[in-house]
Amino acid sequence: MAELQSAPPGAGAGQKLLTWVDNRFPLSKLYKEHLSEYYAPKNFNIWYVFGSLALLVLVMQILTGIFLTMHYKPDAAKAFESVEYIMRDVPWGWLVRYMHSTGASAFFIVVYLHMFRGLIYGSYRKPRELVWLFGCGIFLCLMAEAFMGYLLPWGQMSYWGAQVIVNLFAAVPFIGPDLALLIRGDFVVGDATLNRFFSFHVIAVPLVLLGLVAAHIIALHEVGSNNPDGVEIKSTKDDKTGRPIDGIPFQPYYTVHDIFVSSVFLFIFSAVVFFAPEGGGYFLEFNNFIEANPLKTPAHIAPVWYFTPYYSMLRATTDIMVNILAGLLAVGAVLAILRGGFRTLGKIVIAVAAIIAVAALKTFDAKFWGVVIMGGAVMILFFLPWLDRSPVRSIRYRPDWHKYLYAAFVIFFLALGYLGSQPPSATGNYVSQIGTLVYFGFFLLMPWWSRVGTFKPVPERVTFSAH
Amino acid sequence: MSEQKIDGGKRTWIIASGCAGAIGAGFVAVPFVSSFQPSERARAAGAPVEVDIGGLKPGEKLTVEWRGKPVWVVRRTPEQLAELPKLDPLLADPKSKRNPDEFTPEYARNENRSRKPEYLVVVGICTHLGCSPSDKFVPGAQASLPDNWPGGFLCPCHGSTFDMAGRVYKDKPAPDNLEVPPHMYLTDSRLLIGEATQA
Repeated sequence: MAELQSAPPGAGAGQKLLTWVDNRFPLSKLYKEHLSEYYAPKNFNIWYVFGSLALLVLVMQILTGIFLTMHYKPDAAKAFESVEYIMRDVPWGWLVRYMHSTGASAFFIVVYLHMFRGLIYGSYRKPRELVWLFGCGIFLCLMAEAFMGYLLPWGQMSYWGAQVIVNLFAAVPFIGPDLALLIRGDFVVGDATLNRFFSFHVIAVPLVLLGLVAAHIIALHEVGSNNPDGVEIKSTKDDKTGRPIDGIPFQPYYTVHDIFVSSVFLFIFSAVVFFAPEGGGYFLEFNNFIEANPLKTPAHIAPVWYFTPYYSMLRATTDIMVNILAGLLAVGAVLAILRGGFRTLGKIVIAVAAIIAVAALKTFDAKFWGVVIMGGAVMILFFLPWLDRSPVRSIRYRPDWHKYLYAAFVIFFLALGYLGSQPPSATGNYVSQIGTLVYFGFFLLMPWWSRVGTFKPVPERVTFSAH
Repeated sequence: MSEQKIDGGKRTWIIASGCAGAIGAGFVAVPFVSSFQPSERARAAGAPVEVDIGGLKPGEKLTVEWRGKPVWVVRRTPEQLAELPKLDPLLADPKSKRNPDEFTPEYARNENRSRKPEYLVVVGICTHLGCSPSDKFVPGAQASLPDNWPGGFLCPCHGSTFDMAGRVYKDKPAPDNLEVPPHMYLTDSRLLIGEATQA
């Protein structure tokens, strides 16, 4: 900044103070860039509230977390008791704890819906790839937060859930057992594990998470928000002002929207906190009200609901499934060589890669591939901006059969989620195996199917009728 | 910026000091990463445990803690023992040939996977992802199990099943049979878990 500005003559004390601050810190500038002069498309629908809600839940989790930390003891001998102490003896401790535990599930509900919005309206497409990537990073951090936070009450599900997930790392060939040892800090999940998970849960991961949230919003405000039509509002600007004609300032228009939606959300949230904090055993599992016992696994263990789709995929990866995957890979490679139109060198590379991949599939345990599938299901999201090749962004202008495909994807994802919460069964396993193939097929075949069909004409400007 | 000429000498030194800094940071990371390892106290724990198995009746199971893990001692009935060889075709590794050094000590590399045919001593931790399987000793159809279930163990987490010798069934997520810990009989009724030979 160049010279110091001075407040106009006769300005009030408030304006003088603001001028003083603005000369030293870009307060008004930030306010304008991110709120009063951030132009968001005027045709946002209900799907566009979940980003703000996620921010609200994040603040709530940090706040309640700070207060819980004041009473909680990260010690295997005292942890379970200290949580019960918070529930029974700390004034209003039960409320703070239930807000935090319900907040975790609420976080995943709004984030899954937020991601689905991005998926159907193509919000990850050029130039918003980084917005999506930061978002995927946030999703990963959230999963880490949820997983490590779940160990802290030191209940039966905490203990055995952590045992299973840490052992996932032991499945990695060669370095696995040492890696699991390094994560646990002991030969079994124990005090050392609890203490380090506490450290990660309350400070390390939240710091990364906040950084990513900031990056997510900065990147979004740099490129501007997408909208249900997937039309770029910046390409139709007012000649005089240079502002997008179809954009409205975030403050006050969308802040008012979001405040209203927040009150609706808090209404529902409070109902859960006060009347059903266990969420029917889905938000807080009943077995977690029993203290951790390293000698006895509960008869039925399942992760909390937001992990169950991935957990189903893990369970679905049996020896037969690995054989199917190897077969599909071989067929895919043969098709790519015969029909893909690659040059000779490309064909050789594909053939060699396919042979190595099939050999690896048969060499390492199905257990390891289960872990790969589970991790891959999350990591594949990062590649979405480059997998989608459709000529239009929004689902509104895609061929109708694309909608059915998205519907099938959602149904299978929900089915995987349901099955992951149920005890293992033969039928359930077949459905999970099909679901896993559908999930990966949806993403991996996207470069092909997203281009097929008759697309509808995309309008020049967003469609919107005032109400 | 772009109009300025790049000073090659300075650029070289910037790269060199950057590399030196990165190496230094790598060394500094070593103590921090090492602190993740089990502490000396955790390493020292893990002495052998002595168990009295005199009161164990045929068909009963006893669980003891050894190194923080559950170790099962099962006294098998003659019927259960007779069933074992018949199951071989259904099992992934009936002869315990896979990773024998890790899971099956030499004295347990037999049909019963035990020192004494009657007693099975295994670590009650599924070789898949570390849950503790539940007892399903009663044969016959039941939830999550096949109709011709001969009796054994079922892991509640991912549905792996094991026979009465801790051998894993085919096409289940668990890759290995249950681990037989080092153990020895001090007398007929006293079992020492954690050591296989008298020191």
